[in-house]
Amino acid sequence: MTTDPTRLTAAELAARIADGELTAVEVTEAHLARIGAVDEKVHAFLHVDREGALAQARAVDAKRERGEPLGPLAGVPLALKDIFTTQGVPTTVGSKILEGWIPPYDATVTRRLKDADVVILGKTNMDEFAMGSSTENSAFGPTGNPWDLTRVPGGSGGGSAASLAAYEAPLAIGTDTGGSIRQPAAVTGTVGVKPTYGGVSRYGMVAFSSSLDQGGPCARTVLDAALLHSVIAGHDALDSTSIDQPVPDVVEAARNGSVEGLRVGVVKEFRGEGYQAGVVQRFDEAVGLLRELGAEVVEISCPSFTKGLAAYYLIAPSECSSNLARFDAMRYGLRVGDDGAHSAEEVTALTREAGFGDEVKRRVMLGTYALSSGYYDAYYGSAQKVRTLITRDFEKAFEQVDVVVSPTTPTTAFPIGERVDDPMAMYLADVCTLPSNLAGNAAMSLPCGLAPEDGLPVGLQIIAPALADDRLYRVGAAVEAAYQARWGHPLLEEAPSL
Amino acid sequence: MTTVTDLVPYEDALASFDPVMGLEVHVELGTRTKMFCGCATELGADPNSQVCPTCLGLPGALPVVNATGVESAVRIGLALHCEIAEWCRFARKNYFYPDMPKNFQTSQYDEPIAYNGYLDVQLEDGEVFRVEIERAHMEEDTGKSTHVGGATGRIHGASHSLLDYNRAGIPLIEIVTKPIVGAGERAPEVAKAYVAELRELIKALGVSEARMEMGQMRCDVNLSLRPSGEERFGTRSETKNVNSLRSVERAARYEIQRHAAVLSSGGAIVQETRHFHEDDGSTTSGRVKEEAEDYRYFPEPDLVPVAPPKEWVEELRGTLPELPRLRRNRLREEWGITQHEMQSVLNAGAVDLIVATTEAGADAPSARKWWMGELARRANEDGVDLAALPITPADVARVAALVAEGSLNDKLARQTIEGVLAGEGTPDEVVEKRGLKVVSDDGALGAAVDEAIAGNPAVADKIRGGKVAAAGALVGAVMKATRGQADAARVKELILERLGVEG
Repeated sequence: MTTDPTRLTAAELAARIADGELTAVEVTEAHLARIGAVDEKVHAFLHVDREGALAQARAVDAKRERGEPLGPLAGVPLALKDIFTTQGVPTTVGSKILEGWIPPYDATVTRRLKDADVVILGKTNMDEFAMGSSTENSAFGPTGNPWDLTRVPGGSGGGSAASLAAYEAPLAIGTDTGGSIRQPAAVTGTVGVKPTYGGVSRYGMVAFSSSLDQGGPCARTVLDAALLHSVIAGHDALDSTSIDQPVPDVVEAARNGSVEGLRVGVVKEFRGEGYQAGVVQRFDEAVGLLRELGAEVVEISCPSFTKGLAAYYLIAPSECSSNLARFDAMRYGLRVGDDGAHSAEEVTALTREAGFGDEVKRRVMLGTYALSSGYYDAYYGSAQKVRTLITRDFEKAFEQVDVVVSPTTPTTAFPIGERVDDPMAMYLADVCTLPSNLAGNAAMSLPCGLAPEDGLPVGLQIIAPALADDRLYRVGAAVEAAYQARWGHPLLEEAPSL
Repeated sequence: MTTVTDLVPYEDALASFDPVMGLEVHVELGTRTKMFCGCATELGADPNSQVCPTCLGLPGALPVVNATGVESAVRIGLALHCEIAEWCRFARKNYFYPDMPKNFQTSQYDEPIAYNGYLDVQLEDGEVFRVEIERAHMEEDTGKSTHVGGATGRIHGASHSLLDYNRAGIPLIEIVTKPIVGAGERAPEVAKAYVAELRELIKALGVSEARMEMGQMRCDVNLSLRPSGEERFGTRSETKNVNSLRSVERAARYEIQRHAAVLSSGGAIVQETRHFHEDDGSTTSGRVKEEAEDYRYFPEPDLVPVAPPKEWVEELRGTLPELPRLRRNRLREEWGITQHEMQSVLNAGAVDLIVATTEAGADAPSARKWWMGELARRANEDGVDLAALPITPADVARVAALVAEGSLNDKLARQTIEGVLAGEGTPDEVVEKRGLKVVSDDGALGAAVDEAIAGNPAVADKIRGGKVAAAGALVGAVMKATRGQADAARVKELILERLGVEG
């Protein structure tokens, strides 16, 4: 049995803390030490809240000593994407425009983590305002992929995924607007889940595209993701779009993995040009594994998915152009040109010029244009129609199958710098993930091996109908167990040590 | 404020042109909390003391719809005979202004909660004019900017601006009329009567106090002229924030004269917003709308659609109060007064006070007499609303009762009211403390009568000679001697008795 707490799963840590085998403070200190040792290279964190984390850990230990009941993740450290507000702790959303802002309130996710005695280690790096697939759009520098520090960890939640792969945290929270949880999970060999839209409160999650954004759990195992999912999910009166229904029992599902008799759909539109050979190979093997485990595999067609990228890049920028209008230098964050010589309008313009990065500006302009009168119907209106078609294609698919599977992303981690000047190439990283955001259903990415040509992780995406999040965990747990049996160890153990 | 615009005499303008109006009224609802968050809505609180992450537009904060706000909107819609949407959404209206925290206003666009209604308004001569309603929709108010250092409180020339977000997020209902055509020369009067009627309606519904001077109700007057007989509408001007009934009428009148002047000299009206000036009743150019402003409306993704259940709407319909116009007509008949007298009562804000006074036992003529006479005078002197005077309808009813039973005469009643207004207590307490009871005791009056006769022998002789009317002078002397407290009728009887004359 290993004695290094950073190598344990969240479930194991929680059990050992509950048993008194480890204290929450010991566990937290071990992770803080790991961050101290490797994060200079990885740069998963934008802010480490050492004191806050230790205080939380001490509170857990005190609770235990008093014999009070502890939650299923009490004392387990977590890395929080820097898109969730944290009272008294900086929240930047990866942007200069919020540099130095200390939120006066906690996001609902933050609050639920604290209420569950999860120890928040700090805030993780991300593409600015969650716009990107590589974390290179962070205003505070890129994050390295622990498998190869010269490569990207995916994005926008690259910091959260990298923190897991680098053993800096056993749990992390991400947000997924077009794939920002799943694609980083895929390229770092970790597990990430985008819950059904409305499953996790968006209150206090800085908005990129309100109708697509969804917070969710990131972990190294399916069970850990499920434990975290059950802590953060559930109705929130502060978010009108949150689902007012009981959360599916994802933990039970993760503990009882099975694909026996499951009908699995393989979308024929999710392959072809742009898909790396090794990714396709590992995906096909995963389909074979599902068959071996007792699933019935059906090829399905979802023709509207080929229009998903175009629709996504109209809807998301349109909503972001409005959501980001509030960053005007009047109430919080950066303020440039406030020297008495400039008008309020000029201060706003100068601040936005200096505070927003290129990708954010690109999308704000794109969205402003798409919503303009005279263009609205052709762009935003058409995109909403495509969105309806995608939802219908999923509905039709789920009449035939229980889950849909695909590669999470067409390639393995690409080198830092390779796609920064080619937005279209960057956008293609999300081609398999964004249909689920447009339809609002649930999806998971988990490791399915290393691509033979580059030895980098490949992700398997599992998609379930809205509200059937538990199905992801049941299937994911079965697949994970079968792979572990085949490999003899978790995939991450093949990553080079940092 | 001087204006460079030449005006055409009103009658001349109407001889050649037909005015078309559109009125947009914003009503601040009197809900306890804001439209999309739980912040308080009290007026006069310290700046930025009634704010939270949502109404400050902090990153990450989200709106939640105020159910009472929706209910008020539905009730207003029903009272305006509108159809109520079975399903509608909020929309974002995008534009930048520092007092708007999110730089978009959460409003409604092509799916208003209420649409296609009307409001019948009664003009001063009793004529009823139907104003058709296009829509009533829900939205939120902005914060307030105070520009410091400039000459006029405007942003131009100001050294800095102060922002108060207490008002940001207060629920608003915007009520938009269809084009009002066919009012002709009475257009300004119709505008005023419409806003007055709407204000009464809002108050009767209890959804807002609708005090225009407090900005709880604000009106934009859109006006255009077309040559008489022409179908097509002319170019309109939009006069913003006209905030009293009188100003609504004046603004419409001014714009008719101004438009006529421009058009008859061969000019063209510029589509623009205009500011109204209370001091001289003029309007001046605000912002020119070179092209239609592009608010980039789109459905608000942070809120779910509003779908008022049919049964609930019908339930609300069943609880609507009597329409103010119908109530006024009913009361006018019950009180037996003319249309003109009723208008005065309405203008004085005395309708509800008189009703309450009659409910407390007074008859309608005395209730109206006190409120419209002595009390209206006092309110006017003090520059306060009638309702703000420190006297209750029950007090007034008690005074009327004391007069009716003969315990007080008019003069003593006025003194009693004066005492109540001065905070000396209830009418009975004032009568007691000031000793204001009418004196009708013969013993006490006898001496005063004798004195009066002795002091005015010439008058006494006239009376003895049969000039009974001259008794008034002696009554006056007795009243003076008793400081008004004598029962004048009894005094006259005693005088005639002593002088041996039949009354």
